[in-house]
Amino acid sequence: MSARKRRRVRGACELKTCLVVDESRVVRKVARRLLEDRGFAVAEAGDGMEGLAWCRAMMPDLVLLDASMPLMSGLDFMRRLRLEPGGRAPKVIFCSAEANLDRIREALDAGAAEYIIKPFDGDIVAEKLALAGMA
Amino acid sequence: MDDNVFLAELCAERAGLRIDPRKAYLIESRLAPVARREGFGSTAELVAAVRTRSEERLAIACVGALAPSQTAFFRDRPVFEHLWRELAPQIARRRADGVVRLWSAGCATGQEIYSLAMLQADEPAPTGPVELFASDLSERLLDRARLGVYSSFEVQRGLSARQLVRHFENRDEHFQLAKRLRQEVRWRRVNLLDDLSPLGVFDVVLCRYVLSSLTEEAQRRVAQALAGVVAPDGVLVLGNGEPPPPGFVADPAFGCVLRRAVDVRAAA
Repeated sequence: MSARKRRRVRGACELKTCLVVDESRVVRKVARRLLEDRGFAVAEAGDGMEGLAWCRAMMPDLVLLDASMPLMSGLDFMRRLRLEPGGRAPKVIFCSAEANLDRIREALDAGAAEYIIKPFDGDIVAEKLALAGMA
Repeated sequence: MDDNVFLAELCAERAGLRIDPRKAYLIESRLAPVARREGFGSTAELVAAVRTRSEERLAIACVGALAPSQTAFFRDRPVFEHLWRELAPQIARRRADGVVRLWSAGCATGQEIYSLAMLQADEPAPTGPVELFASDLSERLLDRARLGVYSSFEVQRGLSARQLVRHFENRDEHFQLAKRLRQEVRWRRVNLLDDLSPLGVFDVVLCRYVLSSLTEEAQRRVAQALAGVVAPDGVLVLGNGEPPPPGFVADPAFGCVLRRAVDVRAAA
């Protein structure tokens, strides 16, 4: 996380902020475009550790979170996020190719506001943001 | 006559549908599954059979396939919540048996009527039971609706993740609505150009974005026919921007929720 990147996101502080945590650069790029189109200032992290570092530097309003990352799962990330100062505030939307309803239920029970099943498009992101109260 | 012009005329004549014969790719993609299912080698062979045989079933299968089928769960969610939390209880209180009858006309794959079934399960009406009825022109779409199986794209249009886990089961790569909710709905094939009076009277008629797919003449006929089966104090819910039938006015809160003008005056 460079100082230049942090300044760019801080500069857009009047916007709602979203941190996209996903190991896939392609997914992060697509999510960034869709979220920026909907008025978010977007930061990206490639894994859970980088995501937590971002949150410590500047807590976002929303986290779009890959459920199945290799180093730290989405659930583990969310549990650790909630222990950080201010970490209970961000809404968390899980985003995963995992479509098993038991796994989706598990994410919701752990405190996820919504769940997006990959692949997704702009309409689905807009719907889920609205349902999470982030439209 | 060109096949696509023939099909456009067939759709207008049988169901009042406005089909653009220039959209050859759309016609081909919608009819190809019908041709395969009916054992024809191509859509051209299917159309030739419709032209030459006096087989109503085949003609209706083509018309049904060409009818628009776009729908979504809770399309315009505030409208559904208003309907369920405000209007249905008001109507139920005026009924001796407390029963509210709802009809989704032109239901396509059933998402709107199932949205009401989910609301009924999540927020049971305090005033009484509801009867859920749904119809479509296309048997193929009704079969899909009865089955209640949807793709991940379909369940993510309008449904919250909580509603998904509460009311659906995994079915291979898809999701199937729970049987107890599917059983709440009565289904029937209905051509909205036919006489609708044998269906009875409904407290709420949902017919969303159907009129805008019809020819002008069919729009007038269907709107009047639907108005004829709405209870005197009931509501007709069209798509946003679809014009109300004569004698109906928009609810102040939602322009697509229509009541009889006299009923609004009485309420005022």
